Amino acid sequence: MTATTPARAPLADAVASLRVTGKQVQADGVLTLELAAPSGNRLRDWTPGSHIDLILPNGLTRQYSLCGNRWDATTYRVGVLLEPGSRGGSAYVHEQLQVGDLVGVGGPRNNFPLVPSEQYLFVAGGIGITPILPMVHQAELLGADWRLLYGGRRRSSMAFLDELAAYGDRVLVRPEDEYGLLDLPGFLGAPRDGVRVYSCGPAPLLAAMERTCAYWPPHSLRVERFVADDAGAPARIAPFEVELARTGTTVTVTPDVTVLEALNRVGIEVLSSCRRGVCGTCETTVLAGRPDHRDALLDDDERQADDCMYVCVSRSRDERLVLDL
Amino acid sequence: MTTTVPPGTAASATGVPHSDVDPFAHDVLEDPLPMHAALREAGPVVHLDRYDVFALARYDDVHAALVDWQGFQSSAGVGLSNFRYEEPWRPPSLLLEADPPRHDAPRRVLQKVLGPRALRRLREGWAADAELLVDEVLSRATAFDAVAELSTAFPLRVFPDAVGIPKGGRERLLPYGNHAFNAFGPDNDLVAKGTPRVAELSGWVNAQCQRDVLSPAGFGADIWAASDRGDITPEQAPLVVRSLLTAGVDTTVHAISAILYAFATHPDQWQRLREDPSLARVAFDEAVRWESPVQTFFRTATTDVRVHDVLIPEGSKILMFLAAANRDPRRWADPDRYDLSRDPSGHVGFGMGIHQCVGQHVARLEAESILTALARRVATIELDGPPVRHHNNTLRAWESLPVRLTLG
Repeated sequence: MTATTPARAPLADAVASLRVTGKQVQADGVLTLELAAPSGNRLRDWTPGSHIDLILPNGLTRQYSLCGNRWDATTYRVGVLLEPGSRGGSAYVHEQLQVGDLVGVGGPRNNFPLVPSEQYLFVAGGIGITPILPMVHQAELLGADWRLLYGGRRRSSMAFLDELAAYGDRVLVRPEDEYGLLDLPGFLGAPRDGVRVYSCGPAPLLAAMERTCAYWPPHSLRVERFVADDAGAPARIAPFEVELARTGTTVTVTPDVTVLEALNRVGIEVLSSCRRGVCGTCETTVLAGRPDHRDALLDDDERQADDCMYVCVSRSRDERLVLDL
Repeated sequence: MTTTVPPGTAASATGVPHSDVDPFAHDVLEDPLPMHAALREAGPVVHLDRYDVFALARYDDVHAALVDWQGFQSSAGVGLSNFRYEEPWRPPSLLLEADPPRHDAPRRVLQKVLGPRALRRLREGWAADAELLVDEVLSRATAFDAVAELSTAFPLRVFPDAVGIPKGGRERLLPYGNHAFNAFGPDNDLVAKGTPRVAELSGWVNAQCQRDVLSPAGFGADIWAASDRGDITPEQAPLVVRSLLTAGVDTTVHAISAILYAFATHPDQWQRLREDPSLARVAFDEAVRWESPVQTFFRTATTDVRVHDVLIPEGSKILMFLAAANRDPRRWADPDRYDLSRDPSGHVGFGMGIHQCVGQHVARLEAESILTALARRVATIELDGPPVRHHNNTLRAWESLPVRLTLG
C-alpha cells in the first residue's frame, strides 16, 4: 500500500532512539543526561511534570522526569540519582552509559501536570526536584505567585542550586544537616482556597505532605511518587513477531523498524497521523502478548490492561504479539 | 485565478517571491487548486502583498511550521487578524488561539475527553444512528441533496447529543461555526454577511456552555468534571465547551460532504469500499487529504524565523496552506487522485503538532459510522446535477451535492 506514496514520510526518528549528548555531574550522586535525536530533529513535545521511559542498552526500563527547557525542542534533560542497591538502572547510567550511546525512549507522559492556579507552593525532597524545576520556570512565566521549599540531606547532594538561585527568595533551600527536617506546616501555612501544592520526593516526605494537607480543600495537593524499579518484563532488544489475527500473517519486527513500518512493508494498512505516539490515530487492539508501550497517551492503568497499543512507536516485551488486524 | 506567480519573475527587493493573489476572493474560493499549485511552485515562502503575509504551501514547510510552536505562535490569532494589535471578535479560544504554557491544561483535558478510548462507548450507538438515518433517507428517495440529507443531518444528529446540549436552537450551530471560520480571513463580504447575527449566535452558544444547561453525561459534563478536579479552572470550562461547538460541527459536515463527493466522482473507489468496508477510516482520511475541509491557518512569528533562505521578521503573519501541502507532489504521488490504495497517513488536514485537531477521532468515528451504513445498502453513487460550492474564508465546502443512488 506504499505503492503510491513516495518514501519520504517523516519516519526517521520513529524508532525513538536518542543519543546521549551530555552527561554532567550536578551534585553528589546526581548527574544529568542530555538526549537528542541522532538526526537533530525535534523531539516529542512535553509539559512540566512529564517523565520519559529510558530503555537502557542493558534492556532495563527506567522512568525519569524531564527537567530541561521545552522551548529547546531538540534536547531532553533528565536528572539521575545513583541509588544505593541499584539493580542496574541508575548504576548503569552513572557508571556505564557514555556520551554518544543510544538509548530507547518512551513517552513523554505526564501523571503530574501543573494545573492552572494563581498561587503555587512547591515542596521537593532530594532528586524529587527534577519535575519541580520546569514547574517553577512555568509558574514564573505565568506570573503566578509561587514559592519552593527544597530539602536534601546536605547542600552538596542537592542538584540545580545554581539554577534555582536565579529565583531569589522564592526558593528556600533547606539541607537537613543544617536545618533539620523540613518545616512543612510553617511553609504551607493555614489551609486555604486558590493554592495548588505540588510535591515530589521520598515516601516519608510525601506522607508528611499528605498529613499536613489533610484539612486543605480537595485537590489542593498533587504529589508524584518516585517510581519503584520497573517490575515488568524488560523491553526486548531482540526482534519479535507480530501475528495478525484477522489476516493470519506473521511479521517479524527487527530493532531498526517500528511495528507500523514492518506492517506497511508487508502491505498491511494501519492509518496513522503523527507517528510519534501522540495523536492516537493508529490505536490497535492487542489480543495477546505484552506491548512495550512507548506512547504519550495511555496512563498507567491503561498500560497495564495491555489491550491496545500505538503501533507507530510501541513495541513488544514478549517474543510474540497478537494484534486484531 | 487571475494572478499567477511565475517563478523568478516576481521577486521583491529582498528576493522573496511575491504575489498579489487574494486567497479569499470568490474566484479563488470557487477553485483554489491553481493558486495552490502556483504558490507551491513559486518557492517555499511567498509574500502575499495584498495582506502583507508570508505564505507556505509545500508539505515539508507547512508541516515544519505546524509543529514548531516555539517559532510560530497561535496566541496572536490563527487568522489574518493579529491579536497583538487588534481586538478579537470574541474572547480567544483557550486551545486554538493559545500557546504553552496556557495551552497545556485545556488541551490535556479535552484530549482525554475526546480520546480514542473515551469514544468507545459511542461507537455502537453512532453505528445504529447511522443505520437509522440511512434507512430513513433511502426510504424517502434515492436522489437527493447529500449535503442536507447526509453530511449535515448525521453530525447534527449525533454530535450535539454527545456534547450534551439541549435540543432547541441547534440550527444555530452551523451559522456560528461558519462565521467563526470566515473570521479567520480578511474582513471581506463573507464576514460582513455573518456579522449581523454574531451577537445572537454567540449569546446562544455561550449559554449552551454553562454547566446547568448541559446534560449530566457527555463531553460537556466531562469538561466541567475536570474543573471540579482542578485540572482546569471553572472559568475555563465554558470556553473549552465552546471550542467543541465552534470547531466540531461545520468541519465534520464539510468533511463528510467531501468524501461523498469523492465517491460520487470515483465510482471504482466506492466499489473498493463496498468490497472492504474496513477501508472506511482510510477513505475518510484520504478525503480529508484530497479536499482539506480546513484549507488554511495562520501563525505569527515569535522571532525572526528563517524558512530556507527567507527571513520572516518577528511579528509577521504566516499563512499555512494545509490544502496545498496535502496535494504537494513532493510528498504525494499523483496527489490529485482520490485513491484508497494510498496511505494518507501524515496529511496535515487536521493540522499537526500540539494544536492538531483534538476532535479528529470524533470526526473519524462519525465518518466511519455513516460510510459503513451507506456501504451496506448503496451499490452506486453518482452526481445527479452540478454540485454547488459554499464559500468560506477557511473551509472548503459544498452548499449542495445532488446525488443519485442505486441500492443493492
